[in-house]
Amino acid sequence: MIKEATRESYGKALAEFAEQYDLYVLDADLSAATKTGIFAKKYPERFVECGIAEGNMMTVAAGMAATGKTVFASTFAMFAAGRAFEQIRNSIGYPHLNVKIGATHAGLSVGEDGATHQCNEDIALMRSIPGMVVINPADPVEARLAVKAAAEHDGPVYLRFGRMAVEQILPDDYKFEIGKGVVLKDGSDVAIVATGLMVAQALKAAEILEQKGINAAVINISSIKPLDKKLILDYSIKCGAIVTSEEHSVIGGLGSAVCEAVSESAPCPVVRHGVNDEFGRSAAALKVLDYYGLNAEGIVEKALLAISLKK
Amino acid sequence: MNEADKKMLAQTARNIRRDIIEQVHSAKSGHPGGSLSIADIITYLYFKEMNIDPADPKKADRDRFVLSKGHTCPALYAALAERGYFSTKELSGFRSLDSFLQGHPDMKHTPGVDMSSGSLGQGISAACGMALSAKLDKKDWRVYSVLGDGEIEEGQVWEAFMFASHYKLSNLCVIIDRNGLQIDGKCKDVMSTEPLEDKMKAFGFNTVVINAHDFDEIESAFAKARAEKNKPTAIIANSVKGKGVSFMENQVSWHGTAPNDEQYEQAVSELAEVR
Repeated sequence: MIKEATRESYGKALAEFAEQYDLYVLDADLSAATKTGIFAKKYPERFVECGIAEGNMMTVAAGMAATGKTVFASTFAMFAAGRAFEQIRNSIGYPHLNVKIGATHAGLSVGEDGATHQCNEDIALMRSIPGMVVINPADPVEARLAVKAAAEHDGPVYLRFGRMAVEQILPDDYKFEIGKGVVLKDGSDVAIVATGLMVAQALKAAEILEQKGINAAVINISSIKPLDKKLILDYSIKCGAIVTSEEHSVIGGLGSAVCEAVSESAPCPVVRHGVNDEFGRSAAALKVLDYYGLNAEGIVEKALLAISLKK
Repeated sequence: MNEADKKMLAQTARNIRRDIIEQVHSAKSGHPGGSLSIADIITYLYFKEMNIDPADPKKADRDRFVLSKGHTCPALYAALAERGYFSTKELSGFRSLDSFLQGHPDMKHTPGVDMSSGSLGQGISAACGMALSAKLDKKDWRVYSVLGDGEIEEGQVWEAFMFASHYKLSNLCVIIDRNGLQIDGKCKDVMSTEPLEDKMKAFGFNTVVINAHDFDEIESAFAKARAEKNKPTAIIANSVKGKGVSFMENQVSWHGTAPNDEQYEQAVSELAEVR
């Protein structure tokens, strides 16, 4: 089992799939951090340094894609989805171009750099763009597969990666498909629907709940858009209570997407676990996550709340 | 330039100006002033300069055009129609629900449009991406992009200029339509970008200043752009906003206003005269 940051898996996957999918990679002076440097070292002629100018980079990527290239453009999530939102919306999303946005350092687990760099809003922003695929991989195995799927997908994709090293939780032969959720543990009392590094915490939470006699299902939703509505509705009916968990604001992210799906078709209590309507702060990544309750215990608390809301 | 070519270009530009007025009048909205100011440049690009084929709009090795000042697409749509990408009859659908002629350029649905644009400052970056793509592929097709002199107040434009110069995009030719007016007034009063020629030179561009309405000067500027092998070229084209329609010339109020029926008749009759 490997342990590495999903940004590391991203950089390695870009290099691995460079020739198979004829990839070009752009970065905005962060290649050492986003790990596109791994690709740049192996394929310098396919790597374009854009300097600290993210808006230009996203639109340059669009221009390259308009000539037929598959382009990955990378920077931190804050400066991709945040600063360059309008470039992504108008120059990539509207013409539905083959640009894949590799956004790293998403969420609170950025750690010491603090609130200005901890992007908890990117899923909400990217999810609102028509035709945009939004993927938040759970571990190194899924991160690699997500890069491959993005390269194969015709159209824009937003890929969300983390800074902090995370344990492999998915099997080596894991199958990833855009638009599909995966049940990692079945259960009938409550469904924990998690994304990104919270999936590992969801599995731990399910163990804690087991000791309390509660049988929780754990569903990995890495493909936040398109969302596997069928799977979510099946578990809404089966469990009658859902907890969503994400390293993102509870406004606009996975929690919102699940609420939208459930409330329109098979309503059940949904309790959102994530970053409440507030900014992050500086400290070591794990300390920050604990401070904001983004851990297994936080999920357990929300799961008990969701169960108590069942009619 | 020989007289026959000059005559052809002048007549085509007149047709394009008439088409601009037709579109904005039929849509009862749109941007006539900045469309008329670029009409001669657009005419030269589509009828003389660019290597394009209306029968094969997506030909891989064609020259590309990005209208960074996308709101002046009536000029682009007119040129595409006059060049044969689609029927001039389509122009009356400009800005209407069942038309592919959107209020700002849409590459997905309009034959001959190479890039969607309209949010100011972005087209030039896309043009840079295209020019870099050609260089990476060792192809000799070229990229042209027209910007407004108000548009260049956008910070992204200068990010793109840095990029173009850094990557020595000699296959990129930027035309800045310097008509001196923007929505809130004179550019020099709203937010001055002067001295523009010095700025473009400082940003590493082969810089040429011309009269935007003189085909000899336009031809000479594009020849200088082609001859340049190390730098991108910036053509600063001094133009008259509303050029060709007397009551629209140099009037900021005609930036984004459609003519009423009476004004339309007058404009069309002025453009019918050989000047």
